[in-house]
Order: sequence, then structure tokens, then C-alpha cells
Amino acid sequence: MADHAATHAGHTHGHIAPVSMYITIFLALMAGTGITVAVAYVDVGFFNTAVALGIAVTKATLVILYFMHVRWASRLTWLVILASVFWLILMFTIGMTDYLSRDWMGVPGR
Amino acid sequence: MPEANQAALRSGHHGEPAEHPRNPNLQHHFMDMAQQQEASALGMWVFLVTEVMFFGGMFFAYILYRTWYHEGFIAGSHHLDLFWGALNTVILIVSSLTMALAVRAAQLGNRRGQIVNLILTMIFGAAFLGIKAIEYAAKFRDKVIPGRHFEWHEADPTGAQAFFSIYFAMTGMHALHMVVGLGIMSVILFMAWRGRFNQDYYTPVEISGLYWHFVDIVWIFLFPLLYLLGRH
Repeated sequence: MADHAATHAGHTHGHIAPVSMYITIFLALMAGTGITVAVAYVDVGFFNTAVALGIAVTKATLVILYFMHVRWASRLTWLVILASVFWLILMFTIGMTDYLSRDWMGVPGR
Repeated sequence: MPEANQAALRSGHHGEPAEHPRNPNLQHHFMDMAQQQEASALGMWVFLVTEVMFFGGMFFAYILYRTWYHEGFIAGSHHLDLFWGALNTVILIVSSLTMALAVRAAQLGNRRGQIVNLILTMIFGAAFLGIKAIEYAAKFRDKVIPGRHFEWHEADPTGAQAFFSIYFAMTGMHALHMVVGLGIMSVILFMAWRGRFNQDYYTPVEISGLYWHFVDIVWIFLFPLLYLLGRH
């Protein structure tokens, strides 16, 4: 507990961020929303989805790091969050690998 | 066990003098308030991981059916009202800001700041649901409700029906989470009103905020995936 006493001096345990930081993140999220809508009207083929998802991931990361205070959270919290992302990617890739490859080989009797 | 240790355990402050007052909000199985708060936040994150996997299953269904019924998904997406979708995105982001400010007010022991920001958060949450109701009503009027009476005069009716099934499943589940969030915020608002939170103890506000932000993140992904397909 010695490190706790050192990192959490005083009475408050969490990091108190200034209001200006919350406003900055808020404006970044609004800008991201505007860009998402604007880009949707420009035809860049496959990249429409990639750009939309890229902005959504960026916005989600900002919310997680700053609004949800994960930037100042313990490494154990980071591990839990990254584990969820890892399992999500596993579900998407292995699931899609299965469905998309089903027609690749002829199945006898079908 | 040495007596000094037992006294320290009773007081709840390991290694601190026994006369140091124990915070009434400190559960007996935690060493101090910092450890208690970290355990609570971590527990909330574990719950949110289960939520990620829950919504993840629906996002997987979305990806798969969008690959199968590309045309129907674009046609279905065109039918959604971009104005309401974008407005709801803005409303949710504003509500996340007020939620973060409510947590900050709790960290500072500012009762008025908590109450004002929690009420604002709830107003924006209710506005989101109101707009969702307007959108759903329009879908019923246009008869694009999946099922026997589904009417579709554009490309790929099967795919469009798949799109609207996923649209209602995902936005419906998201809206349900908003309703639950409003219930949670009512309790937190009541507790804040009673002055339950201060610099030492604001865990309920913090972890309820985590939930609210998570629901916001789900919408951050739902908005472009449902409303913005093939707009060009």
C-alpha cells in the first residue's frame, strides 16, 4: 500500500482533470462527428467504411481515455479493456473466416 | 497476530494510528478508500467487458449480413433519417460531457455541480429517446418493420429486411440501455441531492459515469454503420 499512499496524496484518490480538458475532448468528438458525416458524401470506394470506422475508433478511444479516466487508471484496468478488444477481434475474424470460406470447397452430398 | 496489527485492522487503516477515524463508507474488507475505489472501478470495467461482447455479437451479425446483402443494406440505410441520427449523436456526446462534469463535481465535493450536471445528463438522455421514438414511429408508418407486413419497393427486399431487423435489434438494445441509464442516474441524482458524495467517496457517480460513456461509445459506432452507408 506504500505506493498507494505516494500516488494518492491528499484525500482524493482519482485524478481531477481541468474543465478545459473535458471541453477540448468534447470539441474533438463533435469535430469527428462532423467529419464522419462529410466524408460519407464523398465517394472514395472501400475507404468510406475504413474512414468512418477509423474516426469512430478514434472517438471511442478519446471517450475511454479521458471521459472514463482510463488514462490515469491502473495497468490492471488497461489489461481488462485490451482483453475485451482482443476477444472482440477474435470473434470477428474467426467468425467471418468461417462464414466467408464455406463456399470455397465443394461439400460432397450438397 | 500482534495486537498492534489487530488494532490497525479494526480501524481499517493499515499502518496508521488507530485514532485516525475510519471513513463510514469504507467496507470492512478494503484497506483504504483508494483500494476500495479501484476495486469498484475495475469491477465495473469487467461488467463493461461483458457488455462489449454482448453488443459485439450484434456487430458481428451486422458485418456478416452487410457482406451478404450489400445492396439491401445501402437501400435500407438510405431510408433512415440522417438528420435525426446526427442530432442524436450530438445529443449523446453533450450528455457524455455533462456526465464527465458531474463526476468531476463529485470529486470536488461540489453538490450543486453534481445536481445540475446530472439533471442535464438525464434531460439529454430523455431527448435521445424522444428522437428515437419519432424515428421508430416513422418506420412503422412506412411499413418497414421486419415481418409479414414488411413493404419494400426498392432494391433487394430480403436484404433490406435483414438491415431493418438488425437496425431495430441494435438501436432497440441501445435504447434499452439508455432507459436503464436514466434509472441509474435517478438514483445517483437522489444520492447527490442527499449530499452522499464528497472528495473521499464518489465511487457510485464514477462507475455510473463509466456505464453512461459506454452506452455513448456504442452509439458512436452505430451511427456511421447504420445511417451513413453509401450516402455518396
